[in-house]
Amino acid sequence: MSMATFNAHPGERENYLNKEYGVGSWLFTTDHKRIALLYLISITFFFFIGGFFALLIRLELLTPAGDLVQADTYNKLFSMHGIVMIFFFLVPSIPAVLGNFLVPMMIGAKDLAFPRINLLSWYIYIIGGVMMLHCMLTGGVDTGWTFYAPFSTNYSNTKVVEAGLAVFVVGFSSILTGLNFVVTIHRMRAPGMTWSRLPLFIWAHYATSIIQLLGTPVLAITLVLVVAERALHLGIFDPKLGGDPVLFQHLFWFYSHPAVYIMILPSMGIVSEIIACFTRKRIFGYSFVAFSSIAIAVFGFLVWAHHMFVAGTSVYAALVFSLLSYAVAVPSAVKVFNWTATLYKGSIHFDAPMLYAFGFIGLFTMGGLTGLYLAALGIDVHVTDTYFIIAHFHYIMVGGAVMGYLGGMHFWWPKISGKLYPEGWARLAALIVFIGFNLTFFPQFVLGYLGMPRRYYDYSHMPEYQVLNVLSTAGATILGVGYLLPMIYFLWSMRYGKPASDNPWNAAGLEWKSASPPPTFNFDEEPVVTWEAYNYEELDAPHPQEAPVAR
Amino acid sequence: MAGNVDALFIFLLIVTGMVTLLIFTCLLYFAARYRYRANVPAEQIEGSTPLELTWSVIPLGVFLVIFVWGAVVYFKERTPPRDSTEVYVVAKQWMWKLEHAEGQREINELHVPVGRDVKLIMTSQDVIHSFFVPAFRIKQDVLPGRYTTTWFRATKPGTYHLFCAEYCGTQHSGMIGSIVVLAPAQYETWMSGGSTGPLSATGEKVFAELGCATCHRSDAQGRGPNLQGLFGKPVRLQDGRTVVADENYIRESILDPGAKIVNGYKPVMPTFQGLLSEEQLNALVAYLKSLSATKPGEGNATASTAQGSQVE
Repeated sequence: MSMATFNAHPGERENYLNKEYGVGSWLFTTDHKRIALLYLISITFFFFIGGFFALLIRLELLTPAGDLVQADTYNKLFSMHGIVMIFFFLVPSIPAVLGNFLVPMMIGAKDLAFPRINLLSWYIYIIGGVMMLHCMLTGGVDTGWTFYAPFSTNYSNTKVVEAGLAVFVVGFSSILTGLNFVVTIHRMRAPGMTWSRLPLFIWAHYATSIIQLLGTPVLAITLVLVVAERALHLGIFDPKLGGDPVLFQHLFWFYSHPAVYIMILPSMGIVSEIIACFTRKRIFGYSFVAFSSIAIAVFGFLVWAHHMFVAGTSVYAALVFSLLSYAVAVPSAVKVFNWTATLYKGSIHFDAPMLYAFGFIGLFTMGGLTGLYLAALGIDVHVTDTYFIIAHFHYIMVGGAVMGYLGGMHFWWPKISGKLYPEGWARLAALIVFIGFNLTFFPQFVLGYLGMPRRYYDYSHMPEYQVLNVLSTAGATILGVGYLLPMIYFLWSMRYGKPASDNPWNAAGLEWKSASPPPTFNFDEEPVVTWEAYNYEELDAPHPQEAPVAR
Repeated sequence: MAGNVDALFIFLLIVTGMVTLLIFTCLLYFAARYRYRANVPAEQIEGSTPLELTWSVIPLGVFLVIFVWGAVVYFKERTPPRDSTEVYVVAKQWMWKLEHAEGQREINELHVPVGRDVKLIMTSQDVIHSFFVPAFRIKQDVLPGRYTTTWFRATKPGTYHLFCAEYCGTQHSGMIGSIVVLAPAQYETWMSGGSTGPLSATGEKVFAELGCATCHRSDAQGRGPNLQGLFGKPVRLQDGRTVVADENYIRESILDPGAKIVNGYKPVMPTFQGLLSEEQLNALVAYLKSLSATKPGEGNATASTAQGSQVE
């Protein structure tokens, strides 16, 4: 795709970035685009903290003996890696950054429905983040991100209450973002932007928001109960106090399984946008892809106990949850097939966002297919709580969600920053991430089937596991480089990048009809939509009639 | 067991391998065949409902096959054969305590004979642990406050890893041990040493020391139900429910006697919560089981009649 269509009037136009300067103009902004950037900076900070923990974990596992850090330190590292990556990076990542920036623009709105609540959600995130940092700096927590009782409530002597409350607080930022999106998508669509004309990115965020609204409160309740048992000795989960530890797992997974879809659905939305643009086609089976997001959100709430097949639940409950887990796999498979079919008779360009989208499909396919192993009761018994499951969910949540996030960052970076990123470096980074990721996590499938349990600090009695661990650690260092590169060249491009035109990809979607970077209220005139989503045929017509909708 | 799990695993490897190959081939072929060429525009295709149905229904069918197969394997894993040798397992931070029905006690090591079904009756003294023997493809969480069970039959002599698979604190990765599978003759030799008598005999002593027999008399005159032949039998409760007297029922009735009152009896039994170690509880359970097992023919029949008459 040509990136040579440079902005005709660079620099001087007023936009959301240059309209006001100064710290106050950012900290008190209600502009969804500025709040998106506040979120971007915050989650990137936590991503690198979580990544640093991951690196230390992989270095410890390079040798079988526990020799780099102490056992307690290792337990805190994997706990805080999980807590930071899930609650402070993955859950907010795409919705709070790209969703925040793009949901109003894609539907032709000036802002989200509740701009002040949007800012509030960022402040809540920051409060939760500071609480988590405080927890980490004053000793940390060693319960795993899963906070399983009664270990968390009565046995761990680390900062469980502090960590639990930090996650409790940050959950509200997620709820508020979801609330804002639901109302915005219902009420703020531009004239002519009917539900069937919505970009699939919007459908995905709509489904995600419903999960955030319905699921997150249950997590909040669960964490309050943990704090109540730990601090007040109310008997809820610990049998010694008359509680039931399996109850904790039901409550925890009732949120935490759907949370996987909070992480992956927005990424699927991004992939749909990218594939449409770089094949120059309407997405194959638009309505099936749209409704599969809703189906995933609904079924996603009915499969939580598939995390508990060996936890002491009844055989019959396990049967039901196994069956439902296969039901949720169908809409995921439908999406993959539709994306693949979209390539058919396309006109395919291989720019960096598309490489990330290809990476997403490949890695998500493998992550999804290994889910079939885990949903099979007889196999789950053997591989659950081993490295097999670690590999599986990293393929979904890192291979899937983070690939999509990076693809989206590249795709919309010209719109967000008004600058072009260096294409060659970006393609290289996509390749490095893909290779590094597979080298890190593929060996873990094998390790898991061979029986290596997760959360093991020391495997000196099982030296047979070392070779695969060494491969995995080697992969992790490559992956680390792959993640550092985009951060470097994105920052670089802000100063030295070539100015981007309003629509460098010649992409469909209202956000591309605005300027790059967009003005504060996105569109000078309210757009009126008269075309279907992904009208690439018109865009690529020999004499494109530039509809003067925006500007 | 390992064979059953591996067979399904290999089936899944083949199925998912073929699907992966199909998708990746399509991706790569389309990417190459339909790469951008000047003046060759993309062909707009709306979609195809028959295709959508095809690639929804076929995977669903395949999924159902996997589901049923997985469920069958799981049922076998979760259902110990009736005549299994029993071993009581008590997990604690960070060790495994194992006690054979015959009385041998072990720590972090379990000796079993080759070819015999071994049922594990497990509980935890503190947090949740998980009994995991990768070579046997078995794993079961071990919970405080209740029994969970699993079973295996070792087919080859040797030493196999035993892991704790549920994160349990500082020395989680040190909570490991081994299952030593011995040939029958060697196993007999091993069994002949170090026993303090069968577990049920220990239980009988505990039963006597605590004065249980005062109420739980072996005739029909006690203030508590007769426990002869109780294990494995349905029990009618005051509230009209019927429960099967399994390990968890016995455990609960000792620690929380008010939870399930047998029909026709008063809630007069005191709780033994905090007065018994997990090992003593296990011994009591083993003893009560032995009351059903000793006289297979006539003993059981009389016991159930006795119980039946009491219930009336």
